[in-house]
Amino acid sequence: MAQDIGPEVVAYEIIDFAIPAPLTDVPGDVERGWTIVQNAANATCLICHAMPMPWQPDHGNLAPDLAGVGSRYNAAELRLRLVDPKALNPDTIMPAYYQAQGLNRVQEKYVGQTVYSAQDIEDVIAFLLTLTEE
Amino acid sequence: MNRSLWIFVAAFGGFAAYAFLAAGIAHAQAPDLSRFSVEDRKSGYVFLGEQVRALQDDDFQNPGMFAVDRGQRIWNTVDGEAGKSCATCHGDAAESMAGVSARYPQFDADRGAIINLELRINEQRMTHMMAPPLEYESEDLLALTTYIAGLSRGMPLEVNIEGDAAPFFEKGKDFFFERRGQLDLACNQCHDDLDGMMLRGDKMSQGQINGFPFYRLIWNSVGSTHRMFEWCNTSMRAEPFAYGSEEYLNLELYVAWRGRGLLVETPAVRR
Ligand code: HEC
Ligand code: HEC
Repeated sequence: MAQDIGPEVVAYEIIDFAIPAPLTDVPGDVERGWTIVQNAANATCLICHAMPMPWQPDHGNLAPDLAGVGSRYNAAELRLRLVDPKALNPDTIMPAYYQAQGLNRVQEKYVGQTVYSAQDIEDVIAFLLTLTEE
Repeated sequence: MNRSLWIFVAAFGGFAAYAFLAAGIAHAQAPDLSRFSVEDRKSGYVFLGEQVRALQDDDFQNPGMFAVDRGQRIWNTVDGEAGKSCATCHGDAAESMAGVSARYPQFDADRGAIINLELRINEQRMTHMMAPPLEYESEDLLALTTYIAGLSRGMPLEVNIEGDAAPFFEKGKDFFFERRGQLDLACNQCHDDLDGMMLRGDKMSQGQINGFPFYRLIWNSVGSTHRMFEWCNTSMRAEPFAYGSEEYLNLELYVAWRGRGLLVETPAVRR
């Protein structure tokens, strides 16, 4: 029986506090990224970050405001911050959105899965790069 | 009633509502919260909005009081083959149970492990009443636990973590600081470091348990500490432990000690 065992995790390389190479061959889709980050059912960034989305209620405030994040970082730097934020700050509360191994007591339905797929990561990066205004 | 009278009633109603609101605001400016914290330890009450506080403060509005009433009835109801009720042995709970829950969880020599109030109630049912245990998180067990804990309202939490309890306390403490789940978070990351911050629509508290069992509005029901642990565990996408498990009992002991000195608020009301 075919079973959803989650996405195959793509290998990546961290160089100079960034991940320069995209995880997929398909360029990030801004619209899709915009939708993904607002998905309340899947660890939306709004839990912790404010974002320039006035229509969304109850933005979290325990992490930096993501307004302007597209001018503070390039795609490679954003990729590391989404894929493996603990590479920058081992104590951070920011979850790794692209990590499936080396975790402790993952809930059964998420075992072996990443929060976002490789393409989701690229789409979210494309969207974050549009947030250029502080 | 004629039209002008209606207008008068509406206007007066508006004024009354305004006066009420103004009183509420005046109250909000200087609420005396000193009873709700000890040193740097703060009850979840401190982080609530006015409306939820008002619900907790008024026994006639507090939805947790239904559990208290139900628990009182169960206390006095005979059950099991021994033909006894809790009252048969313990008499008036208001006297015999005052202060008890503030000392739970605790080490239990027979179990050789930690026992909490829920499990103590079931142990008493089985050994003395010869009645079957109540299912964890069932309405009846929550009601009895809420009733008994409510009789310690206003008394400071003071669990014993010395002696036989010490190794279990250490395990509970380790649990609190251990990252887990797909989101890889530990209890302390939210409840030690971020209290007062907004996590989406929730104002983070210190995760204290002095109000349990409590009435949680988003659950529309009372819930135990272990249900709350489960909720927090699944929000970090970690596989929760069973209600009444050793892991959660140890954690409960650590968290109760973390809130030492906070006054019991059962039944607390939370968002
Ligand atoms: C559970 C909390 C949490 C969630 C959920 C979360 N973040 Fe973060 N994020 C943080 C924290 C805290 C930081 C600050 C960095 C640190 O701790 O080292 C951060 C930092 C960042 C940064 C760097 C910002 C800067 O100005 O330096 C970016 C970019 C970022 N997050 C993007 C995201 C995106 C996109 C999402 C959703 C897909 C997300 N975060 C979800 C907590 C979170
Ligand atoms: C991702 C953040 C997060 C983590 C990690 C977390 N919690 Fe919570 N916890 C919350 C939120 C949000 C609430 C509801 C608001 C509040 O009362 O703080 C809450 C509430 C609680 C409460 C109720 C407090 C009250 O006064 O009503 C307890 C007890 C609690 N948590 C214990 C724990 C324990 C134990 C752990 C670790 C197993 C844990 N939490 C991990 C977010 C978290």
